[in-house]
Amino acid sequence: MLGAAENVILIGGSAGSYDLIIQILKALPAYFTCAIIVVIHRNSKYETQIESSLSSQLEKNIESAQDKGRIKQNWIYFAPPGYHLLIEPNKTFSLDQSEPIQFSRPSIDVTFESVADVYGDKASAFLLSGANQDGSNGIAHVLRNGGQAFVQNPAESKMDVMTKYAISQNENALICDNKKIIQYFSTIN
Amino acid sequence: MDQLNSNVNISFEELEDLIYLMKNVSDYDLSGYTKTSLKRRVQRIMALEKMDYMDLKNAVVNVEGFYNYFIQEITVNVTEMFRDPEFYSLLTTEVFSYLKTFPKIKIWSAGCATGEEVYSLSIVLKENNLTDKSFIYGTDINSQVLETAKKGIYPIKKVKNYTENFNIYNSNEEFSTYYTAMYDAAIINHDLRKNMLFSIHNLATDNVFNEFQLIVCRNVLIYFDLELQKRVFTLFYESLCLFGFLCLGPKETLYNHEVSKKFRVVNKTYNIYQKIK
Ligand SMILES: C[S@@+](CC[C@H](N)C(=O)[O-])C[C@H]1O[C@@H](n2cnc3c(N)ncnc32)[C@H](O)[C@@H]1O
Repeated sequence: MLGAAENVILIGGSAGSYDLIIQILKALPAYFTCAIIVVIHRNSKYETQIESSLSSQLEKNIESAQDKGRIKQNWIYFAPPGYHLLIEPNKTFSLDQSEPIQFSRPSIDVTFESVADVYGDKASAFLLSGANQDGSNGIAHVLRNGGQAFVQNPAESKMDVMTKYAISQNENALICDNKKIIQYFSTIN
Repeated sequence: MDQLNSNVNISFEELEDLIYLMKNVSDYDLSGYTKTSLKRRVQRIMALEKMDYMDLKNAVVNVEGFYNYFIQEITVNVTEMFRDPEFYSLLTTEVFSYLKTFPKIKIWSAGCATGEEVYSLSIVLKENNLTDKSFIYGTDINSQVLETAKKGIYPIKKVKNYTENFNIYNSNEEFSTYYTAMYDAAIINHDLRKNMLFSIHNLATDNVFNEFQLIVCRNVLIYFDLELQKRVFTLFYESLCLFGFLCLGPKETLYNHEVSKKFRVVNKTYNIYQKIK
């Protein structure tokens, strides 16, 4: 289908990851053919409209992932607070309000696993700063399905619980400094 | 619970086989459910029951009543009283203000789970002095949650959250006047249970059973694919009187469907629509 993304880059982060995510998004080229899916933990009671403000601020296609929406090239999607963000085999989004995983909904693990199931080696994942253990299983699943996985260097993570844990569980994950992460995103196509 | 899902994995092909099997041994047709969510729910059952895929298939075919348990466990039943408080305010200002001139207000809460939505509607009706001319039908596919709905008794530890929601909806009344606390339970008052009926109805296979002035179907359609959504929207369209209202969940829209042409948008954020032709 026209405009459907063949590759997906995942970004998962929790406490202390927001600033780096902004830097990543700022570094992106004007046009890219993959889709970027961001899962961050935020409180659903205080739904902050970061998507719309970032979208106008950075002049990029940024939106909260829509239920049944297609996953398109050159778009950045955020998981809406209060829902798990899943990917259907036909490469559309679906939302689900089943139990939180690792006390989190959206759960980074759930989205990463679901993307890995559908996109296989066309999925790459980045796990950033956070104060819990979410994301580690997702990283494992991405690797198992042939994708690449990167974890922010814990020394540079504002909260290093999440990155340290993921590294301890996934010896094949690549550890990256912030500079390298930003550089990676500045050269995607 | 936390790690349950990651240990067990089935493929989408295996899921399709299971859907086919369920259709054969029972009346349940799960083919219109979103696959990824369903797959996770199935994996969750396998982990809970310590079953592998063959055990599960075997149980579906050979263990009497297992498919009922299966339906209970794959459905996501989370709900709250006054979930999305602003939605309930809009019901008063946008919907009941219109419907109050109607001789009768029949309401269908489709996918009502354990009934919190139905009792919230009942409170809003009462506050609008509409109880006597209204009737609420609460339906669900899951017979177990309907038993809880009929009882109208909820754990007191949930009431704190319900009270917070209620206070956003209406800060002038006390939520505590609507229930009686007894030990660790909150029992919904009797006058709020008048004029309501809970029963089984499967949106995937059952048909029109009455005519309604208002249909509330929230946080159910996200679990359905576009094709099943289309069936359900046709069912709702046919079940609504002219100028009747349809309320969906915050992430559920009519826009992907033809039938939206026959509705007007009353509120975009909370997906409130009115049938206009
Ligand atoms: C998340 S709950 C929504 C409860 C309530 N409407 C709310 O918004 O809080 C979804 C409900 O839909 C029910 N459901 C799922 N499939 C259904 C079907 N085919 N027909 C009727 N109800 C269904 C589930 O059993 C569950 O109780």
